[in-house]
Amino acid sequence: MSRLQLTVNGQAVDLDVPESRYLSAVLREDLRLTGTKIGCNEAECGICTVLVDGTPVNSCIYPAFKARGAHVETIESLSRGEKLHPLQQAFLDHGAVQCGICTPGLIMTAKALLDTKNSRNEAVTTDAIKIALKDSYCRCTGYQSVIHAIQQAAGQDVPPYIPKTRSPGLAVGQARPNPDALAKITGRARFSDDYHFPGMLHARTLRAGRPHARIRSIDTKAACALPGVHAVLTHEDVPGRNLHGLVTVDWPVLCADKVRYTGDAVAIVAADSEEIASQALELICVDYEELPAVSDAIEALDPQSPVLHEGRPDGNLLKHIKVVKGDIETGFAEADIVVDRSYRTPSTEHMFLEPECAIGIPAGYNPANYGGPCDPAAARGETAIHDKTSIYVGSQIPYLDRDQVAASLGVEPDSIRVVATLMGGGFGGKEDVAGQIHVALLAEASQHPVKMLYSRQESLLFHPKRHATLIRIRTGATREGKLTAVQATLYGDGGAYASLSDKVLTRATTHASGPYDVPHVKVDCFAVYTNNVPCGAFRGFGVSQSCFAVESNMDILAEQLGLDALEFRRMNALDVGSVTCTGQVMRESVGLNECINKIDEDMRSDAFHWTWEEGTSRFAWGLAVGYKNTGLGGGAPDKASAEVEIRLDEQNEPRAEVRTSSAEMGQGLPAVLAACATEELGIPLRHVNVLLGDTDYCPDGGPTTASRQTFVSGNAARLAAGAVVQKLTPTAAELLACEPADVLFDQGIFTQAQAEAGGQTKSLAEVVRRAAEAGTQARASYEYWAPKTQPLGTGGDMHFAFGFCAQAVLCEVEMGTGKVHVRKVIAAHDVGRAINPLTLEGQIEGGIVMCMGYALTEHFIQEQAEPWSTVMSRYKMPSIKHTPEIISHIVEDATSTGPYGAKGVGELPSIPTSAAITNAIYRATGVRVMSLPVDQDELLMAMRSGAAEVEMGWGDQSPIPAVTLGGEA
Amino acid sequence: MSGRLAFLRASEQEIAIKICWKNYHSPDSVEAAIELLNHYDGRAQVIGGGTDLLLEIQQGLRPPVEAMIDPARIAGLDRIILDDGHIVIGCTVTHSRIIEDERIIQHGTCLAESCGVIGGPQVRNVGTLAGNVAHALPAGDGTIGLLALDGEVEVADVSGSRWMPLQDAFLGPGKSAIDHHRALLTRLRFKPTGVLEGSAFFRVMRPQGVALPMIAMAARLQLDEQHHISSARISIGPAGPVPHLAEAAMEVLVHGPASREQFREASEAAVSGVSLRSSKYRATREYREEMIRSQLPDVLARASERAVNGSLAGLTEPQGAWQ
Ligand SMILES: Cc1cc2nc3c(=O)[nH]c(=O)nc-3n(C[C@H](O)[C@H](O)[C@H](O)COP(=O)(O)OP(=O)(O)OC[C@H]3O[C@@H](n4cnc5c(N)ncnc54)[C@H](O)[C@@H]3O)c2cc1C
Ligand code: FES
Ligand code: FES
Repeated sequence: MSRLQLTVNGQAVDLDVPESRYLSAVLREDLRLTGTKIGCNEAECGICTVLVDGTPVNSCIYPAFKARGAHVETIESLSRGEKLHPLQQAFLDHGAVQCGICTPGLIMTAKALLDTKNSRNEAVTTDAIKIALKDSYCRCTGYQSVIHAIQQAAGQDVPPYIPKTRSPGLAVGQARPNPDALAKITGRARFSDDYHFPGMLHARTLRAGRPHARIRSIDTKAACALPGVHAVLTHEDVPGRNLHGLVTVDWPVLCADKVRYTGDAVAIVAADSEEIASQALELICVDYEELPAVSDAIEALDPQSPVLHEGRPDGNLLKHIKVVKGDIETGFAEADIVVDRSYRTPSTEHMFLEPECAIGIPAGYNPANYGGPCDPAAARGETAIHDKTSIYVGSQIPYLDRDQVAASLGVEPDSIRVVATLMGGGFGGKEDVAGQIHVALLAEASQHPVKMLYSRQESLLFHPKRHATLIRIRTGATREGKLTAVQATLYGDGGAYASLSDKVLTRATTHASGPYDVPHVKVDCFAVYTNNVPCGAFRGFGVSQSCFAVESNMDILAEQLGLDALEFRRMNALDVGSVTCTGQVMRESVGLNECINKIDEDMRSDAFHWTWEEGTSRFAWGLAVGYKNTGLGGGAPDKASAEVEIRLDEQNEPRAEVRTSSAEMGQGLPAVLAACATEELGIPLRHVNVLLGDTDYCPDGGPTTASRQTFVSGNAARLAAGAVVQKLTPTAAELLACEPADVLFDQGIFTQAQAEAGGQTKSLAEVVRRAAEAGTQARASYEYWAPKTQPLGTGGDMHFAFGFCAQAVLCEVEMGTGKVHVRKVIAAHDVGRAINPLTLEGQIEGGIVMCMGYALTEHFIQEQAEPWSTVMSRYKMPSIKHTPEIISHIVEDATSTGPYGAKGVGELPSIPTSAAITNAIYRATGVRVMSLPVDQDELLMAMRSGAAEVEMGWGDQSPIPAVTLGGEA
Repeated sequence: MSGRLAFLRASEQEIAIKICWKNYHSPDSVEAAIELLNHYDGRAQVIGGGTDLLLEIQQGLRPPVEAMIDPARIAGLDRIILDDGHIVIGCTVTHSRIIEDERIIQHGTCLAESCGVIGGPQVRNVGTLAGNVAHALPAGDGTIGLLALDGEVEVADVSGSRWMPLQDAFLGPGKSAIDHHRALLTRLRFKPTGVLEGSAFFRVMRPQGVALPMIAMAARLQLDEQHHISSARISIGPAGPVPHLAEAAMEVLVHGPASREQFREASEAAVSGVSLRSSKYRATREYREEMIRSQLPDVLARASERAVNGSLAGLTEPQGAWQ
């Protein structure tokens, strides 16, 4: 321990700390300034940025003693009192805050930029912003709003970019920041790792580190004996079910007999510190018998291949998913032109900037017995007594977490409480259980709170990814341009455990003929187990994969038919009355043609050219369309519950709280739910509070997946608010001296229907007060059931709604190097109704940029089932420098069952961008990219040699294997 | 430590948690620094910004050390000065300082350009040119820039201090002739470009994968009154185990005209003069050759334009933003 003196946020600090400390640890641990976040510990992501003597540095690799005597500024210093710093205000105004985990880093980096430019009297240009924030990543926003916000803070007149939408109601349709954004821009927001419970231990997981092996024995004696270790647990210590899983329960909590991928958990340790826990891991001896690994989806189905899950009747085949419509032979017989190609898409990583973190609290925990409560700024729960085994976690599915923890602990779900903390991004990657069961086991074993924080590297290794796919697709059309048939065969690599493979690849299959009216369709998809990292949910949910294949084929066909690419799509687009490939008749809310028309108008204005040259670069437009179901569909019970309560505050003003266990990961759900409550109750937005994800206090909102929450929880909130009004109506009737049936309620006022003109009115507040006096609480829950859907193969409605979109992308290809830049995107999305245009635009921009990464930069590489992308610096996602100008149109083709007509949008924008990019590349260079992500090396060589197609995407070192169409595995 | 998964085995998987050093010293003189290094007898290591070193230790590519010796508080080593006909850069000068220094922008343009593409601002604000050189990668960007300028480095150890040519500082990939356990690279220097002299730098990065260039190149050209080339230096990396001087190409240029034709010929000579490798996930040999062929003529043209115009024709803003 040594003395460390420095100034932090203007205050002199004198600490006694080890010299080995990093600045980030001094700030977060010693000073509890948790506004500074950690995303990688590799100097890659920049979210840990603080200013040292005015200069931005990554605090995660900055030795604390290097900062001796320096002035350090963190996000906490920016707003003193009520007044926000102009940057904070601008981030709020522009919706540049989604999950918020990156926000402190972005704002601090931007502050240094503004301070420097100010002192030099230089302008803050877009280029300057892109240079300054080049290594400050945000996975949510897509950066356009960030750039605009910084420009506003620099004094430029840049209004928030909000697309035109239908005229708003009381709240629905109004652009508003998410209610939790204020806490996020000030550094007050608490993510799981920001919680400190008195007596808390730190946990680590021993992972397999090999793709496939039998466990002969596990010896934990030495680890248990290490001073400071409180618990070492293996499969033998799991009292209940030693498996978890969202659809198929096949994933060991702690491996007993076998490990099936490198990230498999074998043992867990809780100790006084992370260092001790890590040392303990080294002392655990596991005796393995290595087994050959399967790393390829086609190879996995070879009867000679090793089987991952012994005893399964189909070996490594998880599922054969089939779609049949019409008669495929007839379809091709009717075609004049057939295009038959094979495509490959990579496995990709969510790279939410907050790695997984869970905290377990033992039942009966009282902080007072552990020297607490201590932290004056303690967050919700930190000072409370916990009756139940509790888990604090940023999770997409709190109720399923609860049920899975209960099953493994061998207790009733009711005896477990899951408290959802803020989530630093999810994108589908926080649906499967990570450390939730482990911390519950360790907390009960040690009788201490236990925190399990994954390092970025562990997160990369552990959590389910996007499915890599091989897709062969054959598309037939008549000479006139009418599609007659689509046949496709997909192989989806599901990795070691089922996770959501079944559902994801079903979506890939059912969307494999595109948003088109195709009379004859046959699709076969093989979901298989391999020893790769498991694959599960990822924004786009299988449709991003098939869309790349579908829309590439569509472009090839359009060219061969001599048709305009947009016109060809318009000719075949789904519309009201069309029948999808699963046999669903589209009855309403099919805004695809309107989307196509919107981008058509924009693209074709003035002197439009598809391609041109400038200097050593070629520019070209490419386009693609997409669609995506809202909700679980396929016959799954799809419901959400919400509770709404109205109370009077000290001023006798009514305030509402909406409660549901749906997850907010940055997508803007609280703003949507609050808007629904305001719309129904007439209570101003600022008086509506949204409480999410505490299983003891909030009813089940179901999983936050499948772009469903706006639809289902939005409806639940809307209807729960209506139920409160209904509950209050008799009281209102009494006050108005009329029959309940004659009471009207509108914008917060009860009136007597008969006496509308000049009649009596009662305010909501009066009625709530009177009801309370009479013992009636202004509180109601509503369990909303989405319209019933049908399982695949039975015809009928497989989904209750679809979102549609069209995107046109302008690419620049540097002819000298093969480098590809996306310069501009024109997008149109049919969302039914824009409940909050600001957060909606955030979803669209972020989704597009994420899908750009899918096309150009992202590949989670594994070699013989061992990950190569083991550090963040080996997985590049789009940074601010990649961000194109995005022009966004909103189409509002309402669906009758959605709240105010809305359908989901979370995934839609992340579907067609990649195909639009490769279609643009083709137009620019004459080279068609068959495999993602685009490899500039291969592309340049193909351009030089005149090759028409490139099969190698970056990281794929072999040609695309042959895929036989149709057939049984 | 070898093998991709080395740091994921039980003993090494805790990347972020590992203690990389125990003691952190910030001596205030070169002598004191050498004494400390001597005292630890190989168990201490010099740290600059730590942007290479700390990550390598965390990722298990280097062992942790007992002590870090940080020269940041040694007076004078944080400065860029003109001395004895050289621009002299102290070892604690960061990339950010270099790319903003007017003298270097004017008279060592390729160095400003090369330091400007390193990392992002947070990394450039702490990372040093000394660290880039001492790390001895075949394609450290600052290193490639300084090599074209015919730079030198000053090394201090128990036996005193001496200047040596930059090329002599490299033994192999990641292997420096400067023993970072016992010696301090104190300063770097080069002769500023003068009348009818110019320099330029260029690199191609992948948008994907590791933050290492597919190929980087720099050139310094001096012209005579007739605009013939009187001296030329070209550096390229990665092209072999150490930063590469393209001597064959340099020879082609000297005494010839500063013409496109000549630049293309020199670039062909540069291609024949190196043995480029395909490296998985980074670049193929063919692509690298193609880059030298197509991009080196541009680099030479820019250097010669700057020599003629004395201006900073085509200066790219310090950035790293437009890889
Ligand atoms: C996100 C990121 C991006 C990067 N991008 C690039 C890039 O684009 N191009 C590039 O070239 N590099 C890049 N780097 C690597 C690194 O930032 C640079 O090489 C930097 O110049 C290293 O300097 P440093 O001061 O941080 O060195 P350190 O990490 O402190 O040291 C590196 C090595 O040099 C030794 N050393 C340092 N100073 C001295 C001295 N005075 N005397 C003796 N030995 C010394 C150390 O012991 C160590 O062995 C990147 C790094 C990160 C984290
Ligand atoms: S750069 Fe420090 S946490 Fe990512
Ligand atoms: S808001 Fe930037 S990472 Fe989520």
